[in-house]
Amino acid sequence: MARLYEYQSKEILRKSGIKIPEGMVVISPEEAKEAAKKIGCPVVLKIQVWAKGRAEIGGVKFAETPEEAKRTASELLGMEVKNFRVEKLLVEKKLDVERELFAGIIIDDYAKKPMLIFSSIGGMGIEEIAKEHPEAIVTHRIDVLEGFPEYKARELLGKLKFKGRTLVKLSGTLSKLYKAFRKSDARVAEINPLAITKEGDLFALDCHITIDDYAVYRHPEFGIEIAREFDRPPTELEKIAYKVEEKDYRGTFYFFQMVKSPIPKEKYIGFHGAGGGGSMMSMDAVLSRGFKTANFTDTSGNPPASKVYRAAKIILSQPGIIGYFASGSGVASQEQFNSARGLVKAFMEEKLDIPAVLRLGGNYEEKAIEILEAFSKFIPAKIEGYGRDDPPEFCAERLANLIKEGKTKVHKVRKIQDYTPPKGEYSFKTLTGKVSIDHRACANCTTQACVPACTYEVLKIRDGKPVLAISEEDAGKGKCTECLACELACFLHGEKAIHIYLPIPGLKEYREKLAREE
Amino acid sequence: MAILVDKKTRVLVQGITGREGRARAKLMKGYGTNVVAGVTPGKGGMEVEGVPVFDSVYEAIETVGEIDASAVFVPAPFVKAAALEAIDAGVKLLLLVPDRVPIHDTLEIASHADRKRAKFVGPNTLGVLSPGKAVLGMIGGRPETAKKWFNIGDIGVSSRSGGITSAISYYISRAGFGLSTIVHVGGDVVVGLPHPEIMKLFEKDADTKMVVMFGEIGTTQEERVAEMMKKGELTKPLVAFIGGKAAKEGTRFSHAGAIVEGGRGSYASKVRTLKEAGAYIAESLMEIPKIVAEVRKEHKF
Ligand code: SF4
Ligand code: SF4
Repeated sequence: MARLYEYQSKEILRKSGIKIPEGMVVISPEEAKEAAKKIGCPVVLKIQVWAKGRAEIGGVKFAETPEEAKRTASELLGMEVKNFRVEKLLVEKKLDVERELFAGIIIDDYAKKPMLIFSSIGGMGIEEIAKEHPEAIVTHRIDVLEGFPEYKARELLGKLKFKGRTLVKLSGTLSKLYKAFRKSDARVAEINPLAITKEGDLFALDCHITIDDYAVYRHPEFGIEIAREFDRPPTELEKIAYKVEEKDYRGTFYFFQMVKSPIPKEKYIGFHGAGGGGSMMSMDAVLSRGFKTANFTDTSGNPPASKVYRAAKIILSQPGIIGYFASGSGVASQEQFNSARGLVKAFMEEKLDIPAVLRLGGNYEEKAIEILEAFSKFIPAKIEGYGRDDPPEFCAERLANLIKEGKTKVHKVRKIQDYTPPKGEYSFKTLTGKVSIDHRACANCTTQACVPACTYEVLKIRDGKPVLAISEEDAGKGKCTECLACELACFLHGEKAIHIYLPIPGLKEYREKLAREE
Repeated sequence: MAILVDKKTRVLVQGITGREGRARAKLMKGYGTNVVAGVTPGKGGMEVEGVPVFDSVYEAIETVGEIDASAVFVPAPFVKAAALEAIDAGVKLLLLVPDRVPIHDTLEIASHADRKRAKFVGPNTLGVLSPGKAVLGMIGGRPETAKKWFNIGDIGVSSRSGGITSAISYYISRAGFGLSTIVHVGGDVVVGLPHPEIMKLFEKDADTKMVVMFGEIGTTQEERVAEMMKKGELTKPLVAFIGGKAAKEGTRFSHAGAIVEGGRGSYASKVRTLKEAGAYIAESLMEIPKIVAEVRKEHKF
């Protein structure tokens, strides 16, 4: 669930016709002063972070004068919440509140309907209200085909004895909140408190909306960087990983850092799962052996080898890890040789320096393990491949043993070399990269192993050299599946003439920065 | 008998000309599923794996006759349109395979399905497989592996993770037991047939003697199954395994749909309520075959 900041959530409400206090977003004390002047004091200043209970941690303050607003702002802007600095404040007019209410909409997974929750008491968390004043709460499940017109809201509010002007205003607000919820593809939309002022007006004093990750593509207006559940802004590496996912619809790639900089003493490993359930099970297995996971990664849904390769490169951009563990459910339906090829290419390029245990059970696991074994001699560190009959606990145990025996104890992140095409290059674009063949080397090749390796029949031999058997356009549109088979076959049996270039924008710079910081 | 899909089920594949649709049509046919038609708008008249392709579901039904189930393989943004088309044409069971379907789209599909008395599995599902009979979706990947991995038998499997559906079923088969139907209910928060709905079907199914369930943190599906057991709506023995013991609260694990929301839906709450209701709890995946063996002995299956 992608969270929005309070000011963004309020913008959605405002556009739907719900009243919000006059306010401005500021990023400096000076701006806060100006804002306070414009809006008129007293004002309230609120830190804009993705955390509940801001008041308890001192993130909500009042100011009687613009000068005071400036002073308060400089305090608030220096705050750190969950390791991240507060960068934005919302300065709002302070209102004379007569009464506080609660209105929220969530999705009831079992009814498969949005559920409106309304409480005639607000200000505190809805769980607390439910506990202490259950009589104050009404709920209503909404059929999306019927919607939530005002008369339905009136029926509901009648139960809580609302009357007259308040009843009419409230039902209008609830109906509008539902429309905003639907229109913004929200998972949660909560106004708390919803305030009735001394003048009898309704205002959304605080609001919290989260957007469905899978619908973020329909809402460029929210400027969501990473459509995922984070309780903190994404890290740089996460942003790099997310770009990979964004550009390649084949399969899923998810990358989440559990720790900013892994400390080797605490036994962090790079974790590469496949599939939600299998990943969690595999994570349990390593955690219960006293390891910690530096990151959580999932490549699943039949991803191409290129995606697995990029995932491995990103995992190996974490200095300080002491092992690499890849494991999914063990009986995957996806073609596991793709994972094997992606891993092997990445490990060779990275000259892997820490042991890796790769549990690639499932469809085509025999082929996957064969690939790992054929390439293990080109990888400096020990790698072991396992299949569906080897439980994750056993594999985690193997990793523990390899780490104990291993020479290198801690992973160092390597710099990424620039790609320079060879002189005799023949190349074609793929969906996310480029296949480059050094035709000069092919002159000495006796096997021409690249062509039969390409089961997608993308390559053919012309004048003794491999070239495209299909149009460049088709190759670029995904007919070349970036399975990496040709490159690896040529590496083993040919003249090492193929290089499949799969860029990861931003990774080179990221690694250079790491090196500088060291 | 089995549940949801068997040899006779007449299956339509929506999005049959795409990368996934094509590959899975091959799997389904190869395994023995009765795939009678495919639909891709604009590609009517083609053939894929010997299956005739039509421009619309309506046209497919006009030509080949009634459709019992449709497996949908179109990209996530188009799932809603494909599903509504099938529901509107009178298809009563849908399998929504794609991951990343917007949840509001699922809500709309659910409302339409309700009105037309149609059911759907997924979204974000690997599918349903009744060993020796038919597969709907992509469980097993290839016909050869699907045949090799899953024995015919009397154990039903319902799981919230695709990979684990296969894993549990494979380990049960390897231990010498067999399966009636295995179901991946889907990894999303809102799915058409969550665990309790699958349990109702297994309870009625004469081929199923016991059930194995894989649950995850988040949602209240597993707690509701426990309630069913207490009320006597699920009387067959249930072996349950809940994943995500080590997951920290608030962390979401990719499409697993696993979100811990307060106390509700936590690992502890699921295990406790299921235990109280009389389910057999497995602590690890590998323990499942052993517990299954014990339960069968106890019940003289
Ligand atoms: S195997 Fe390598 S060296 Fe041989 S023809 Fe193919 S690309 Fe050239
Ligand atoms: S050319 Fe063929 S073998 Fe090489 S990456 Fe593309 S599809 Fe794979």
